[in-house]
Amino acid sequence: MEGTATAGFIVAQLEATPAAPAAEDATPPADAAHGELAGVVIEEHATEDHGGTFPPFDSTYFASQFLWLAISFVVLYLLMSRVIIPRIGGILEDRRDRIARDLDQAGRLKQQSEEANAAYAKALSDARANAFRIAAEARDKAKAEAAARQAEIEKNLDGKLAAAEERIAEIKAKALADVGAIAADAADAVVERLVGLKASPSELSDAVTAARSGGAGNA
Amino acid sequence: MELPDPIHQFEIKEIISLNLGSTNISFTNSALFMVLAVLFGCGFLLLASSRRKLVPGRWQSSAELVYEFVANTLRSSAGSEGMRFFPLVFSLFLFILMVNLFGMVPYFFTVTSHLIVTAALSVLVIGLVIVYGLYRNGLGFFSLFVPHGVPGVILPFVVFIEVLSFVSRPISLSIRLFANILAGHITLKVFAGFVVVLGSLGWYGWIAAVLPLILTVALTALEVLVAVLQAYVFAILTSLYLNDAIHPGH
Repeated sequence: MEGTATAGFIVAQLEATPAAPAAEDATPPADAAHGELAGVVIEEHATEDHGGTFPPFDSTYFASQFLWLAISFVVLYLLMSRVIIPRIGGILEDRRDRIARDLDQAGRLKQQSEEANAAYAKALSDARANAFRIAAEARDKAKAEAAARQAEIEKNLDGKLAAAEERIAEIKAKALADVGAIAADAADAVVERLVGLKASPSELSDAVTAARSGGAGNA
Repeated sequence: MELPDPIHQFEIKEIISLNLGSTNISFTNSALFMVLAVLFGCGFLLLASSRRKLVPGRWQSSAELVYEFVANTLRSSAGSEGMRFFPLVFSLFLFILMVNLFGMVPYFFTVTSHLIVTAALSVLVIGLVIVYGLYRNGLGFFSLFVPHGVPGVILPFVVFIEVLSFVSRPISLSIRLFANILAGHITLKVFAGFVVVLGSLGWYGWIAAVLPLILTVALTALEVLVAVLQAYVFAILTSLYLNDAIHPGH
């Protein structure tokens, strides 16, 4: 109970405190409009330990505040425009330039690497084509050589075959020629045995020839 | 126990008292934090970029990030021609950002919690828009107030609204930043004050203080976000207004 009562008292006191200067606030703007005469009145008030005016509207220090504001702000402005802004602006500018330059270089390097890549791919495909060509050439050459050798061997074999056939024909002819003589001998022996006469060789050969041609004619 | 005064944090104290005639031009806590913000902001960017590495380290990377962030904001709003105002927009962004973030440190003074500062920056922006707009486009700059394709009958009305919206720009630009920071810091102070006051009441106070403590932590995170966001909002609005000066025809 006691606590709430105290709090109530404080609130009441609080409301009173800001209200007091607020009530007096109404005068200073009007004072400022009135000029010097009002200024003197306010100065009298101000000397009484702020009892009179709300400090922000106390014109006693308007000139002082204005002067020191002007001095400090001009110093600030000069430092800003002469030193600070060029410096920080320069830093940012440098960085922008540097980044642009680096990006530029990166782009250039990328292009270079792409070119190198393209060149490599081209070299690779060239080499592959070359390899195919060489392989094809080698194959063709080997094929041609094989064909040539085959032809040579065939030719050789043909020659041998022809020689062999020739010899066979020769032997055959010789054998055929011998057949007459053998027949005459046989006929001679047959005649001598049967008849007991000795036939002349010319008669024998004529007879053999006639028989053979007759035989041949019959065949 | 008294609740801490949430307005006290906005008081200006003289560090070195200076007078020019009858005008007080003292070096105050406000001036100190303006100077600190400039030193810190420039020191960070200069040190982070001092090695000029091609591959940035953590610090250089964050400096480049801020640079590119503001540059992209300006370029997307005002085109490449708007980039001539890059030093100004970057300076505004960095100054407001540093001053707001310094304000989040306990016991530090928040420069942007004073309307004169935000108003001066807004007037600088709008003044530049008008001067450059007239220099570049001549009287064509005033075509800014005459949208295309509006029927003649309602044109005066539309022009009136356009002029009004242009005139309200420096006001909204300055009030937005000022009010966000002021309100945020007051709220933060009030909730943090609750924790202290409740904590002094004994064990039941400690229990009651948990809620404002959680809120204070959450609000601190929110205020850091607001500090960054308002710097960004100021920079992007500056870019959009400069775009009007460069391309007044809608």
